[in-house]
Amino acid sequence: MTAPHADADPPVLDITGLHVDFDGAPAVRGVDLALRRGEVLGLVGESGSGKSTVALAAMGLLPRTARVRGSVRAGGTELIGAGDRELSRLRGRRMAMVFQDPLSALTPVHRVGDQIAEAVRTHQDVGRVHARRRAVELLDLVGIPDPEHRSRAYPHEFSGGMRQRAMIAMAIANDPDVILADEPTTALDVTVQAQVLEVLRTAQRETGAALLLVSHDLGVIAGMADRVAVMYAGRIVESAPAPELFAAPRMPYTMGLLGAVPRPGSRVLTPVPGAPPELRLLPRGCAFAPRCPLADDTCRTAEPELAGPEEHRTACVKAPEIAARDLAATDVYPVDEPAPVRAVTPRGELPAVLRVEGLTKTFPLLKGAAFGRRVGSVHAVDGVDLDIRRGETLGLVGESGSGKSTTLLEILRLAAPEAGEVEVLGHRTSELTKRQIKALRGSVQIVFQDPMASLDPRQPVGEIVAEPLRAQGADRGAVARRIPELLRLVGLEAAHAARFPHEFSGGQRQRIGIARALAVEPRLLVLDEPVSALDVSVQAGILNLLRRLKDELGLAYLFVSHDLSVVRHIADRVSVMYLGRTVESGAVEEVFARPRHPYTQALLSAVPVPDPVAERSRSRVLLAGDPPSAVLRAEGCGFVGRCPVYAGLGAGDRARCAGERPVGEVACHFPQPRPFPAA
Amino acid sequence: MRRIASRTVLAYLTKRLGYYAVLLAVAVFLSYVLSSLALSPRGYFEGRQPPPPASSVEAQLTALGINDHTPLMDRFTTWASHAVRGDLGRTIDSGSVGEEFGRRIGVSLRLLLAGTALGTLAGILAGAWGAVRQYRFSDRAVTLFAFLLLSTPTFLLAVLLKIGAMRLNQSAGSELIAFTGEKTPGLTGSTATLLGDRAIHLLLPTLSIALGTAAAYSRYQRGTMLDVLGSDFLRTARAKGLTRGRAVLKHGLRTALVPMSTFFAYGFLALFTGAAFTEKIFGWHGMGSWFIDAIGKSDVNSVVAVNVFAAVMVLLSGFLADVLHAALDPRVRTS
Ligand SMILES: Nc1ncnc2c1ncn2[C@@H]1O[C@H](COP(=O)(O)OP(=O)(O)OP(=O)(O)O)[C@@H](O)[C@H]1O
Ligand code: SF4
Ligand code: SF4
Ligand SMILES: [Mg+2]
Repeated sequence: MTAPHADADPPVLDITGLHVDFDGAPAVRGVDLALRRGEVLGLVGESGSGKSTVALAAMGLLPRTARVRGSVRAGGTELIGAGDRELSRLRGRRMAMVFQDPLSALTPVHRVGDQIAEAVRTHQDVGRVHARRRAVELLDLVGIPDPEHRSRAYPHEFSGGMRQRAMIAMAIANDPDVILADEPTTALDVTVQAQVLEVLRTAQRETGAALLLVSHDLGVIAGMADRVAVMYAGRIVESAPAPELFAAPRMPYTMGLLGAVPRPGSRVLTPVPGAPPELRLLPRGCAFAPRCPLADDTCRTAEPELAGPEEHRTACVKAPEIAARDLAATDVYPVDEPAPVRAVTPRGELPAVLRVEGLTKTFPLLKGAAFGRRVGSVHAVDGVDLDIRRGETLGLVGESGSGKSTTLLEILRLAAPEAGEVEVLGHRTSELTKRQIKALRGSVQIVFQDPMASLDPRQPVGEIVAEPLRAQGADRGAVARRIPELLRLVGLEAAHAARFPHEFSGGQRQRIGIARALAVEPRLLVLDEPVSALDVSVQAGILNLLRRLKDELGLAYLFVSHDLSVVRHIADRVSVMYLGRTVESGAVEEVFARPRHPYTQALLSAVPVPDPVAERSRSRVLLAGDPPSAVLRAEGCGFVGRCPVYAGLGAGDRARCAGERPVGEVACHFPQPRPFPAA
Repeated sequence: MRRIASRTVLAYLTKRLGYYAVLLAVAVFLSYVLSSLALSPRGYFEGRQPPPPASSVEAQLTALGINDHTPLMDRFTTWASHAVRGDLGRTIDSGSVGEEFGRRIGVSLRLLLAGTALGTLAGILAGAWGAVRQYRFSDRAVTLFAFLLLSTPTFLLAVLLKIGAMRLNQSAGSELIAFTGEKTPGLTGSTATLLGDRAIHLLLPTLSIALGTAAAYSRYQRGTMLDVLGSDFLRTARAKGLTRGRAVLKHGLRTALVPMSTFFAYGFLALFTGAAFTEKIFGWHGMGSWFIDAIGKSDVNSVVAVNVFAAVMVLLSGFLADVLHAALDPRVRTS
């Protein structure tokens, strides 16, 4: 799927033999890339593989500490070695960049419109008024409502999605040849991500620019990229047209990466064992060899070059063999056999582990710095219902600010809630005695998002894991026996007990966190975004582990995640939150296949599918706007302002939505399975 | 929109002003109470040679309103009721505090304003420049110089400057730099001559105040500037096509000044105490030397008057800092 005039058109960005070192440590080790007009190249790879460094090199924006070799040509001009003045004439005009974090990427003290107008005036000889008018046009183009008025706002008055739109407006202000987008939607919620990707597509179409899209989200890449290049340890290890790369990867790392992504219908994930190499201490030969199941002595002699037909290049000595035998990820990577399906007890007969009804939590909204007056309430949780039975995993999903974490904290508090009811293992938290609370604390354990932040760096792993046991007053001998057992249970070695957290990779640290949570044999494990800080290939290992533990130990999980593919993969039931309320819950297959709440429908349709063919052919429900603030409590349905169904209703029905709060398994007055190809 | 913004700024500043008025009242009250408790004017009178009769001491103390046999609160209310009408009472030598105040305030303001303005400006520039050239020779030189200055007490700096000027005058054989008093006594001539004479006298005291201020500010400014130089928005500005210099100037400097406006208010008090030594050493008769003299004479009313001046100056600079903050940072204005 290369551009039809691929050979005739000279590349607008041509990178050859790019090497970048930071203080003697290589970050990029020989990258060749070419982009032609109108083409979208997706750049994927694990954290630290050098994606951002390549993008910055293409802007001539590497920090001064970087040592750069090779060639980067934009429209025929060599960037490497060029001075700042010369580069400034090209930046923003030939190549423009959209950065990841929209919060910090705009100058806080200048108006958004002025910042865009500045981009215009930097390269075009136009007056202030004209540039301002152009800025308003650009804001309109990227879908900022009321652009005239909003152009005078400051960045802090914009939501994350709007700031990213403004960044895109700035990037296309001078009709660049290349747009470099480094994780442009990673910091955004999935419905907002869908909007911004749409804007990026429009922007690219309007300008005819080439787009280099850096993303760790293979779904996003599948939906956007014509070609995909995979980076590993500072090099490109495979590149091919997107449909081909997703359907038939030929390099073991790519195969593992793609196999690690949860997708509809895939029951097994192929985690890539180990961790990315330390770039200072690269092994001889293929950098992937220490983690590659196919590695043999030929791999370790020399680093394989990126070779093969122009259309599909791989840097792997085994690529021809993989192609010839048409190996799949599951052939290359050993996977746990999925647990045999056990005899199913009807759900109603299973004992409840957690039951939550109408849970409410408000925070005072204060005004003034030191002695704030209360001027209102933030309704962080405003009617949440959950129901988890023994051995079940409930996925709790919702966008940021929807109240997921507050819900967890309220449950873990084991105290009477502000309103509503929480029942843990059959005990109402409002009626617990001190002794019962102590017993229940052991039965409900939590695993946090950030594995590093949640482990004390000065304690050896054995101590960390034993901590809950000690808290329960277990004796020395019992603790000593239990530690090796726990470490083996989560796939670590007993000898690891004497090491410290910093000696472990992110995935291993999360395993330590899980071992600690399991120490006191809980019945319910609360997992707060347990894999969102991890690379996909590592995430898969943790998800597999959680599955196995659940089957072996009969645990129940409350699994909070913003990643719907992960929830779909791991959960039995799912509960969707919006603005502090549960809007839909049910069995995973049912909800994902036939969502009935308009919000669930939009949310699911916003999730990109890691399959280029499916991703491009499906239709979407695009939501307008951002989630409203939880300060204004909705009288009726909280989704009124953004609901696509509401927009099509008559006056009487609308009044009902706005005035009467919908309740039930699907909290909507007009629930309906609406046909759309689900994620 | 601009109208609304300026109205919220106005409301914000008015509120701050009211808050400062309260602070001022508290500060004045505390300084009155503390000076009255700490100083012993009775001892001052009794210690005179020849010792005056007890009744006369009593009468003088009462006349000045600083008799420690009158309850402290009564003394304060009497003083305050006059003070609000602009009468700050009498000095211990029965002069008018108000008149003395009038003489001294001009001297102090000339000294402090020039020194502060110059020091702040130089400090901000040096700090910003050092940050932009981080770890190069010029940055290291500025840093070293700033630390040297910061570790030198004000009076030592003043004395060193004085010695330097003396050497210079000696080697030049004429008085190039004058360093005693505000002007050459008895000098006549055109306005230009007189102004020039004053400027020469101002040079060293201003320098001694400005150097310390500049050193402190350059450290703060370097820190905030370094944060800004590594920021994403500066990278965005450069990605638009601004050169590094322009990006720093248009996007970096103003943002880096925002946290500086807070230091501004706190820096002033330190400056004021430092200035007392500067005045003494260079023979200026400003608030600082008055303060030192007044303490020596247990002159309660004069001490309180200087304290009022200091409090007003500190609060004024605090208010200025607020205005500056609101002008620099739109985030303050909306919230
Ligand atoms: N300014 C810098 N100074 C020193 N080392 C750096 C710098 N920027 C990047 N590196 C190093 O270069 C390597 C590549 O980093 P880069 O940010 O390009 O990776 P990435 O693929 O974009 O990762 P991520 O997915 O986390 O964004 C890493 O080892 C990183 O630590
Ligand atoms: S070259 Fe060898 S080690 Fe490297 S990816 Fe291919 S098979 Fe694996
Ligand atoms: S109740 Fe009305 S507004 Fe709310 S989701 Fe249903 S249709 Fe939309
Ligand atoms: Mg990156």
